[in-house]
Parts: sequence; structure tokens; C-alpha cells
Amino acid sequence: MTIEQRRSIVWDYAPAPEATDHLRLRDRYGLFIGGTFVEPAQARYEPTINPATEQPVAEIAWAGPADVQRAIEAARAAQPRWAGLPARERGKYLFRIARLIQERARELAVCETLDGGKPLRESRDVDIPLAAAHFFHYAGWADKLRYGVVAREVAPLGVVGQIVPWNFPLLMAAWKLAPALACGNTAILKPAETTPLTALLLAEICQEAELPDGVVGILPGDGAVGATLVRSPGLDKVAFTGSTGVGRDIQTALAGRDVELTLELGGKSANIVFEDAAIDQAVEGIVNGIFFNQGHVCCAGSRLLIQESVIDQVIDKLWTRMGRLRIGDPLDKNTDVGAINSAEQLQRIETLVAAGEEEGAVRRSVACELPERGYWFAPTLFTDVSPAHRIAVEEIFGPVVSVLSFRTQAEAIEKANNSRYGLAAGIWTDKGAKAFEVAGALRAGVVWQNTYNHFDPTAAFGGYKESGFGREGGPAGLRPYLRVVR
Amino acid sequence: MSRQLAHVDRVGIEERAAQLGARSIKTTAKQQGIRIAVSLLDLTTLEGADTAGKVRQLCAKAVCPAPSMPEIPSVAAICVYPSMVAVAREALAGTGVATASVATGFPAGQISLDAKLRDTEDAVAAGAQEIDMVISREAFLAGDDARVMREVARIKEACGDTHLKVILETAELGSYDHVRHASMLAMEAGADFIKTSTGKASAGATPGVCLVMLEAIRDFVERTGRMVGFKAAGGVSTSKAALHRLVLVKETLGDDWLTSDRFRIGASSVLNDLLMQYAKTQGGRYGRGEDFSIE
Repeated sequence: MTIEQRRSIVWDYAPAPEATDHLRLRDRYGLFIGGTFVEPAQARYEPTINPATEQPVAEIAWAGPADVQRAIEAARAAQPRWAGLPARERGKYLFRIARLIQERARELAVCETLDGGKPLRESRDVDIPLAAAHFFHYAGWADKLRYGVVAREVAPLGVVGQIVPWNFPLLMAAWKLAPALACGNTAILKPAETTPLTALLLAEICQEAELPDGVVGILPGDGAVGATLVRSPGLDKVAFTGSTGVGRDIQTALAGRDVELTLELGGKSANIVFEDAAIDQAVEGIVNGIFFNQGHVCCAGSRLLIQESVIDQVIDKLWTRMGRLRIGDPLDKNTDVGAINSAEQLQRIETLVAAGEEEGAVRRSVACELPERGYWFAPTLFTDVSPAHRIAVEEIFGPVVSVLSFRTQAEAIEKANNSRYGLAAGIWTDKGAKAFEVAGALRAGVVWQNTYNHFDPTAAFGGYKESGFGREGGPAGLRPYLRVVR
Repeated sequence: MSRQLAHVDRVGIEERAAQLGARSIKTTAKQQGIRIAVSLLDLTTLEGADTAGKVRQLCAKAVCPAPSMPEIPSVAAICVYPSMVAVAREALAGTGVATASVATGFPAGQISLDAKLRDTEDAVAAGAQEIDMVISREAFLAGDDARVMREVARIKEACGDTHLKVILETAELGSYDHVRHASMLAMEAGADFIKTSTGKASAGATPGVCLVMLEAIRDFVERTGRMVGFKAAGGVSTSKAALHRLVLVKETLGDDWLTSDRFRIGASSVLNDLLMQYAKTQGGRYGRGEDFSIE
């Protein structure tokens, strides 16, 4: 066979877009207050955009200060009865929500992909199943709360305000709502400005589950709505997932008030590859660590630390592997990397990548055809990065990985911890003892060994330092929603 | 010298292999994939009950798998025991379909090296164009890498120009680390192809095993420049499984490995399933088993 003949062999996957005709979206969504969809006090509606096409998906009501007040009152009114239900009954409602999420999984996955740009493969296989799993998990805790926090008597906090980001819209809503409700609180959730849709479908699910009115309120809108919410009287707790800047603002706003707070913020997580790692699987883990959800992951393995003895080999393999990523239509079942969530985020990524080049790091971006419409960024690898470069320090929140080298285990630990953040880390080694030793020395809330970006409702998730405080998931995730009475 | 094993993480490799199994292969990609898969088949019969009649029927099927669908190509080869090589050669003369023979005391390989060489020489003399040998798992598991390699090298010598596929029988090796190590030994010793299994063990060409061997080939080819092919055999009995193996090869080694000089699928029952699935892409409905000939 000649080289020309061989080159002519192309077996390409035909387009395999997931159908969207089963998705029953309304043209317009109101605010979800007191168990029903209502018009906002000042009739403000904004379109939510599909970032892969820049086409509007639906019109969404944005809450104003009067709506926030109304939602808090509804939640306040509902709280005593919700907390007074037999715990097992509360659990039943959560089980019902979990089952309804499973029943509507296909619809929710397509909606998440349309609204946020993430590949269907991920919304279908990760976001939606995990969201259901979180409700199942906390449904089981509802009647065992005192064993979860080890106390003789516990009580709910009251009304909680929860603000979630746009990277895992439904999953983050589940992370917030499930433990809050299991503990007997009522909740007001503000979904992100660019991705409100699945939270509104979750509101429909709450209705279908016949959840008592006012137990869950959903107020879409931009940062201003969130700022109003956290400053409103009548909240007993605020839980926020998002950027460190906004987290700092919220903490300032709550200082001196009797409002509890948990923050899950940014990260610049170290993914550490030792020379004795299973290299091919480490390369897969690097890819999953940084290109999963276009790198829009707070715990993304964006700081890749590779032992100098294997750095060339790992980078070669990583670069080859990056060339095989399939980038494009998020609805296509074979797409690995989808659209950037918004024009604003794309610009932030472009700014930081430009800074990386200016500061002298070597940039390699996958040469791939990107769609003309929509927001896209090709997977990118930076080598020759110094620890002081902005791309090694600041959270990019995009498909961009910065590679740094280390020589010894001690240096790896020191460099990994040399960050204002401390959300997650990855360790790649075949030596069990070394893995545990390094994990114990890392100041990061989650440490993955020989894997990355694996989530489970039973595992606590949260940060050190500027990555926030408080834990979500598992029994540890109950504590921020409970008061220990005795 | 003590054995140095490269590490393969079991969880990681199986996750990646399963992820590639979730690729959606539809419409034109499915049609083309099925045609490619047929062209890569080593249509196999390795039974004590094999007769000249059975082998001749299989040869006819190999040359023209589905007379009603002329766009379906011939398979790559027929794979038989040495005693059936002459029959197959005669039946396949002038068709372009090769005759492969298992040898070296297939499937267990528990005979002396001299006997393995005789077995190989007999098959070659009878006209086999490809030899599928088994490595000595006994030597491998006892840690005698040198003997494993020496045997492969000696059989390779005995083969001359005849194409040599080396069967690792991965189900008996016990770990992915061992699969990778055995792959490297076979390639270093001169294998033209490395092959997963005999089809006689408890498991065959599982997705994880295939991926480990493909990554070993990729690394070997990159280091030495010598091309080595891959044969998945054992347990590939459905179109879905065959297309999954194609995806594994495509996304590990690239599209230009989807040719019969670099990639084979050893199987028998999969052919009719491929034909049935192909007919479905044409007619939009599943045919009956009776619509396809049984040899």
C-alpha cells in the first residue's frame, strides 16, 4: 500500500446530533415564588442565549428587589411547616425530585447543553445523573441528621439564599438545594445569568413532586439580583459558588450580620505527574482535568506539574492526544469539547492567553476548524511557564493548561501549595505510599489519586484559602445547613 | 536481570476504553465502518471437527460475504489449523484472500521449541501466508522474558517471508502491566502483528486489553519506526463490538491504521451480524438470521 493510498483512508464519524424535539420549553419563564411561576414586579425579561449558535433559547424573567423580598417572605412562611414535617416525609419529597430528574434526564441534558454549550456527552453522563444522585443521597440523610453531624439534637437554620454558577447549572443547584432541604431549611436559589433554564425546569419538577409551596424559590437574574439577595434581611444563611471576587464581596456584605456563610470559589489546582505514573492514563487524566466542560470547572487541573525526567514524553503524548479531541456542536454525541459559555468568558480567556504569550510562555493551540457563529476556544497548552506568570497564578476557567516542571517530591508539594487557592489537586503515581504522603501534604480540599474530576455525592467538596470554606457533599455537607442545639 | 514493568492503571485504561465505546456511529459512518470491519476480518474456524468441506464453504464466504450486496468487500484472510492450510489455499487461489494458520502448539503452546518450529515449518510448507503463533505463557509467567523472546525470534526465522502474528493470550497474563510488557517483548523479538487471544481462553479482545496493546504499538512504532499491526481476536461477536475496536484503533493510532496490513479482527460469527447491520442501514429494518448463509 502506498503512502498516498494510506492517507486517503478516512473514517469519519457522521454527525450524530441528539434530537431536541422532545424538549418542551416555553417561550417565556417567570420567577418561581411560592410554588408558582409569577411575573416579576417590574416586567423585565431577558433572552438566554445558546453559546454555540448565539440564538436565543427562551425569555427569562429577571428578579428585582421587590421580587427578592417576596420570595424571602414566601420561604419564611413555608419554613416552620417544612421543618416540622416528620423527617422521613421530607426525605420522600427529595426522593421524588430525584426520580423526576431521572425521568426527565434526556430533556434536562439537552436543555443544559443548549443553554450552556457543554457537550451532550457530559450533560447526559455527568451533570444530570449526578444531580439526581445528590438528591437521592440527601434524601437518605433527612431522617439521620444528628448522626451526620454527630450531635444529640440539631435544627435547621431557617431560610437560605443560594447562588450558583453557570458551569454546572443543574448540578450546582442540586448540590445546594438537596442538603438545605433535607435539613429542614427553605431555599431561594439564584441561577446564573447565562444558564437559568435547567433551574427553571427543576422548579417544574418541584411542582410535579408537589413540594409544599415556598420551600424552593428560584430567582433568575444577573449579579445585581445576587447582590440584592445576600443583602436582604430575612436570610439565615448564604451559600455561594462562583468567583473569588464576588465571594469576597459577599463576605464583606455579611460581616457583622447574623447570617451564616459558605463559599466555594475559584481554583488553580495542581495536577502532579510523577515519573513513576502510568503515563498514558495520566495523559488521559490531564485531558479530563482541563478539557472537561471546556475547562469551566472550578477544580480544573489547570496547573500541570510534571517531573522533569518525563516532561518531554508527557507533553508529546498530551499534544498528540489533544489533536484527537473533537471540538464543535455540543449536541453531537461525539463532541468532546463544546462552546465557551459566553462572550464575556471567551474574552477573559483570550486576555489571559495573550498575557501568557506576552510574558514569554510558549503557546500551542490545537489546529481545528471552529464554527463561525458562537463562542469557541481551541484547546491550548502552554509550556515554558514560570511560576510567576499570570497563566500559572490566575484562574483562566477555559481549555488552557499551563505546564510547570519539578524535580523532587518535596518540590512538587511546595509548588502545588504555592497558590492563593486550594480547591483540588491530582496525583499521578503508581506508588501507593507516595500518593498518600503527598496527598497529606497538599493544602487542597479534594485530592484525586490517579484520576481527576471525579465527583460523588458521598464525598466532601470544598476549598482551602481563597478557594472558600464550607463543604458540600456527604455528611460534611449537612453541617453548613444545621445548627447544633446540643 | 529482573523484569522492569511499565505501569498501566487498570481503572484509567478501562474508563478510556469504555468512553471510546460510547462513540455514536450512525448512518454513513456505520456503513463505511462495517465495510472496513469486513475487510479486516480473519474469518476463523479452529475446531477439532473442521473438515475440508467446512473450510471450503468458509472460503467461499470469505471471498464474497454477501452476493446480494456487492459493495461488501472480501475479508482479509481465512484462519485455520495447519492441516487445513492446503485446502484453504486451493479454495482461495487468485482471490486475494490470504490463508493464515495457527501454529506452535496452538492454543496452549505447551510443547518443545523444536516441535513448535516443526509445526510452523509444516504450515508454511503447506502454503500458509500468515502464521499465528502463541507465546509461551509458561515462560512469561515464570519471569523468563528471554525465552519468550527467543521463541518468537526463532519462529520468525522459520517463517521467512511469511507474516507472523504473535498471540499473547492476554486472559492468562493476569494484569494490564503484563499485557503491555508481553506486547513489547513480542514486538522487540520481531512480531509483524501482535494478537490478543486464541479465542480458547476465558476472555479475549476486551476493550481494555485492546487499548493497552494499541498504546504499546504506538510507543514501539514511535521509538523504532518499525510498523507492527494489531489483531483483536476472541469475543468480538457483534457489529457494535467490531466498530468499538475500529474506534479504539482510529483514536489511538489514526485512520491510516484501518487497513488489513495493520489491523485485523479475528472472528467467525461476527460476519453475519455485520451483514445484518449493513442490510439494516440499507433497508431501514432488521433482516432475519435466515437471510444470511451459515457455513
